[in-house]
Amino acid sequence: MSVYINKETKVLVQGITGSTALFHTKQMLEYGTKVVAGVTPGKGGTTVEGVPVFNTVVDAVEATGCNVSVIYVPAPFAADAILEAVDADLDLVICITEHIPVLDMVKVKRYMEGKKTRLIGPNCPGVITADECKIGIMPGYIHKKGHVGVVSRSGTLTYEAVHQLSQEGIGQTTAVGIGGDPVNGTNFIDVLKEFNEDPETYGVVMIGEIGGTAEEEAAEWIKANMTKPVVGFIGGQTAPPGKRMGHAGAIISGGKGTAADKIKAMNAAGIQVAETPSVIGETFIKVIKEHGLYEKCKTH
Amino acid sequence: MNIHEYQGKEILRQYGVSVPNGRVAFSPEEAVKVAKELSTSVVVVKAQIHAGGRGKAGGVKIAKNLDEVRSYSKELLGKVLVTHQTGPEGKEVKRLYIEEGSDIKKEYYLGFVVDRATSRITLMGSEEGGMDIEEVAEATPEKIFKEIVDPAIGLTGFQARRLAFNMNIPDKLINKAASLMLGIYKAFTEKDASILEINPLVVTGDGNVVALDAKFNFDGNALYRHKDIVELRDFEEEDPKEIEASKYDLSYISLDGSIGCMVNGAGLAMATMDTISYYGGSPANFLDVGGGATAEKVTEAFKIILSDTSVKGIFVNIFGGIMKCDIIAEGVITAAKEVGLNVPLVVRLEGTNVELGKALLNESGINIVTADSMADGARKIVELVG
Repeated sequence: MSVYINKETKVLVQGITGSTALFHTKQMLEYGTKVVAGVTPGKGGTTVEGVPVFNTVVDAVEATGCNVSVIYVPAPFAADAILEAVDADLDLVICITEHIPVLDMVKVKRYMEGKKTRLIGPNCPGVITADECKIGIMPGYIHKKGHVGVVSRSGTLTYEAVHQLSQEGIGQTTAVGIGGDPVNGTNFIDVLKEFNEDPETYGVVMIGEIGGTAEEEAAEWIKANMTKPVVGFIGGQTAPPGKRMGHAGAIISGGKGTAADKIKAMNAAGIQVAETPSVIGETFIKVIKEHGLYEKCKTH
Repeated sequence: MNIHEYQGKEILRQYGVSVPNGRVAFSPEEAVKVAKELSTSVVVVKAQIHAGGRGKAGGVKIAKNLDEVRSYSKELLGKVLVTHQTGPEGKEVKRLYIEEGSDIKKEYYLGFVVDRATSRITLMGSEEGGMDIEEVAEATPEKIFKEIVDPAIGLTGFQARRLAFNMNIPDKLINKAASLMLGIYKAFTEKDASILEINPLVVTGDGNVVALDAKFNFDGNALYRHKDIVELRDFEEEDPKEIEASKYDLSYISLDGSIGCMVNGAGLAMATMDTISYYGGSPANFLDVGGGATAEKVTEAFKIILSDTSVKGIFVNIFGGIMKCDIIAEGVITAAKEVGLNVPLVVRLEGTNVELGKALLNESGINIVTADSMADGARKIVELVG
């Protein structure tokens, strides 16, 4: 089992003929992901890497039955690409594109209300279910199949956490990057709910960063609902206030969104927080041992 | 991206928002000339810097005659203002805004933000104007009122009126206040602002509702469709290294430590700073080279780090996903050869094309200390910098 995606998932790549998309389409195919279609307006009827290209998402759905899309479309056109995928009633849209104007995302979120499609991202590394399906830009080889769910606002920190878990012999179910933008499709709580209900997931690693209050809200939800151990990490403990740390969402402003606040809220909810990013794996192992889950989580 | 108050007011003026007359001045002579043209009994001399808290720091002066305009302008131009938003080093005043005096009856607060909790534009209003809104939120949160805007229809008249009533704006001025809010909302959305604060919004003796200040912040991701806003950028307000970095689309922020960092991904870049601090070092910068970096971009990033004279060592920490390790290696090698590397360099590579990247570094002949993990790298660079 896993969350959101598995070996049955049929993937559509929006913007497939761009150079980044081409590189990662190849990587996804090599990983074993069922990439069944691509969309680039005006390039319909062609083929890249053996994948048929269509002019519109609806065409792609009708011809291939794809149910999940991944978006590599440049920022000025990315919001429109999300709308097209939602309009075609896909189950899930994963938007990798960064630098989408925030007011574009405000409109997208409004349009998605009452629609069936879930959006993950934008500005995220994607979603991977180890050994089954990789959708996005993460390096596949670090992921090992197992029983830990990973959810993160940061792409490269997700890799860091997964790498440490795999090196310690702890495989993962699914790793979900929710992205670093202030307005995004899926939040921590959405993903935590999925992990909580997934019988194959025994524990969760949750990686947050400064800015906003998503981690605090997630901590409250975990305290009230989560039946599985959660280990956390918060990036930006030494970031000065008022400086935007790369991600549009990562800023301490008006005394809110500090790492200290978030760690305090997580500790209060019974979540152990790794002191440095290098001990995320170590801290997780310590916690699952306390819960008597180490043997069950050890996969290789 | 931030702009000056006078530029913000000019934008608001275009949207029919009531702001006092005024013009920018770069010298005391110009200031006097503007004051003469305004020909009001009182003019306000306002320091233009990209930071709030100017009033408290002595950056706003009321002049009753042209001599006072001249003397205040002389005093303020070249002065370093230290406010709660500038940091202890302060900001030098290079521009003044000369504005007609307003007969202020009462001050209010009005703010527009893109609220991440609701994913919508939210208006905040309070009758506690002129104060820091965070202090109001702390002390008397019941005095802050909000209106959340549905992006499908935009700010509505009834919402604007409701907010104005809640702010206790006098009944007969409600419609003026509401139309001001609607104008600001239009400016906010059409120009892709992310924050706009009018603090204070004032009611004047002659029965007007006027924006006495305008603090705009624009969404950097939307600037590609606003050439007019890009032109308002004041490079003198920014760190030269940050300007250089922005030319290459690098996300760089100057800090005051001694270890230069080059990392891919904002989260990992922050975590790298945290780890360096954990081992007793201090980062000289935040630098995210981003996902689609070319070798050229990496080279420029490296040069920017090396141009900081307080840098005593460099830590390159890469976990390649969309970023390929061989590209990073190529960029590092080119930069080290072009600029000449005279400080220790620790490199940690992992992820996409890692073997290729490591091989390139090994064959380069450059003196590079390799690290197996982020912690290992941070420990090593802290040790080398001493």
